[in-house]
Amino acid sequence: MTQWRGEREARDARIAAGRAHADGKVVPAGSVVDLLEAVLRPGDRVCLEGDNQKQADCLARGLAACDPGKVHDLHMVQSGIVLPEHLDVFETGIAKRLDYSYSGPQGARIAKMLYGGQIELGAVHTYLELFARYFVDLTPHVALIAGVSADRDGNLYTGPNTEDTPTVVEATAFKNGVVIAQVNQIVDQVPRVDIPGDRVDFVVEADTPFYVEPLFTRDPAAMTETQILIAMMAIKGIYAEYGIRRLNHGIGFGTAAIELLLPTYGEKLGLKGQICTHWALNPHPTLIPAIESGWVQQVHCFGSEVGMDRYIRARPDIFFTGADGSLRSNRAFCQTAGLYACDMFIGATLQIDLMGHSSTITQSRVAGFGGAPNMGSDPHGRRHPSDAWMKAGREGQVVGDPALMRGRKLVVQLVETFGEKLVPTFVEKLDALELAKKIGLELAPVMIYADDVTHIVTEEGIANLLLCRDADEREQAIRGVAGYTDVGRGRDRAKVEELRARGVIRRPEDLGIEPLDADRALLAAKSIKDLVHWSGGLYEPPAKFRNW
Amino acid sequence: MESLTFRHTTKKPLPGSVPNAITGVVASGNLEILLERVLPPDACEVAIETPIAGYGAVWEAVVADFVARAQPGGLRISINDGGARPDTVSLRLLQGARLMEA
Repeated sequence: MTQWRGEREARDARIAAGRAHADGKVVPAGSVVDLLEAVLRPGDRVCLEGDNQKQADCLARGLAACDPGKVHDLHMVQSGIVLPEHLDVFETGIAKRLDYSYSGPQGARIAKMLYGGQIELGAVHTYLELFARYFVDLTPHVALIAGVSADRDGNLYTGPNTEDTPTVVEATAFKNGVVIAQVNQIVDQVPRVDIPGDRVDFVVEADTPFYVEPLFTRDPAAMTETQILIAMMAIKGIYAEYGIRRLNHGIGFGTAAIELLLPTYGEKLGLKGQICTHWALNPHPTLIPAIESGWVQQVHCFGSEVGMDRYIRARPDIFFTGADGSLRSNRAFCQTAGLYACDMFIGATLQIDLMGHSSTITQSRVAGFGGAPNMGSDPHGRRHPSDAWMKAGREGQVVGDPALMRGRKLVVQLVETFGEKLVPTFVEKLDALELAKKIGLELAPVMIYADDVTHIVTEEGIANLLLCRDADEREQAIRGVAGYTDVGRGRDRAKVEELRARGVIRRPEDLGIEPLDADRALLAAKSIKDLVHWSGGLYEPPAKFRNW
Repeated sequence: MESLTFRHTTKKPLPGSVPNAITGVVASGNLEILLERVLPPDACEVAIETPIAGYGAVWEAVVADFVARAQPGGLRISINDGGARPDTVSLRLLQGARLMEA
């Protein structure tokens, strides 16, 4: 006879085993290891919530402390590899296989462990891609998540860093999985219900508040004249040109400089209200001056940022907030917004090759992708027009019936020609290809494929790849903005001048920009302290950014 | 430490009459530039002290582009490099020339 309830019965058995260590749903921090050893089965798919920012660190420590004789060969399916414990479990045999998205701070160690064969790698995903697989073939048996507070029924308040939690819980709780939440505090009533209690099986009151990484704070004091020059070119040559109103910014200094130039340089160009009104963006502190100057109409966030809570609470017209007043972020929805509802993605990368493929992977670091490949791609499923999208479509269309033309998302790479320690950004061949060969990846870890990139902006100029008509033009357009790197010095000067005459390449002087005007005096805020002033004292920067 | 010197002939002298100027700072990733109006009006000399060896070809290209663009005839330029990137070098050279034109 066919068994239709096997998973459900297994789930009930796991929960019954876990209850031995709980008072109702509540488990003391000291019993985390016992709880996990009772609930987990060898070979389980486990999502240990490691988001871009918020970390289920108490549960991560608990998992790492489990007896590998009882808990072993787990298949970890989580977006962020951020804490040391996320990799420790692979050294002890507790975990064996990994599917993930982003590994910023652990990028060097994960590379070493992949070379050493300690991790059996499924794939490095984008966020949306991994979330999608949670509902198809990577559904977790157990989810270990993090929130700010919970009541005894398991109703959960995630705080402003909701991030991945609703997605992870949806996939686990509704497919016979077990959800275990760590919270900073058990309360009588949560400020708002982000996750209803009937989706949460156990609540652990953590020994310390969960860790949040301040990932998006860029100190204006560290911004260089080169970054300011690049920002000026992007604003005048791309934002104004295409009338970009709906957009997503990367997290580098270049895009932070653009945010700080809107109320000064952008104002001077008369662009207020014409560009940068609607955003899919984390609450970047460097956006405060533009918000306060009336540039921004609304911002939807993937996550939050440390220190921005009070400011966001005071600006509900701009941000998505709950009835309790605090930010409600959601990574899956914001990624979808960045993919389908924005006309431009602009961000940095570590390497760009001669065709425009880009990667953030170097031979010693596997940083993963996060969201850039989704937001930095032209979604072929888009069906609503906008002026910016249609203009890009017209520029890129070479052949075919104009009546069947569709638009193009603008995907802009904003880079300095040399990175830290004089490492060139432009290369003949991406390190990602060497890495793929070394660890036997079937798919080379390319962040943004050349056919999605529309523009490259460097301190030397803007290359509009939409206007290139063949591979040779494309290569020379890229060499033509690659500065003094080997790739840049290898240019065909005559061809580059021809491309410049056609507007494929535009230099600062072609845009009416004098490089010597790229001065720090243009920054709306020159320090973190200036940002605090702009916010009326509402922004509370983390200690490491306070230097006054 | 590597020392490099490049000599160029210019089409014209740099306008202005400022005898000398200093710009930039010797810091990691930055550089200090001393400009002196001491050479014949069609000559320019750029002397570089850099802690990073092996970038001679890049320095040569940066200096040649600067000379073609600014026509800094009459200037002897001394660079004390702290490992600056080429774009920073270009910018400082242009800033220095502008100071001399004042």
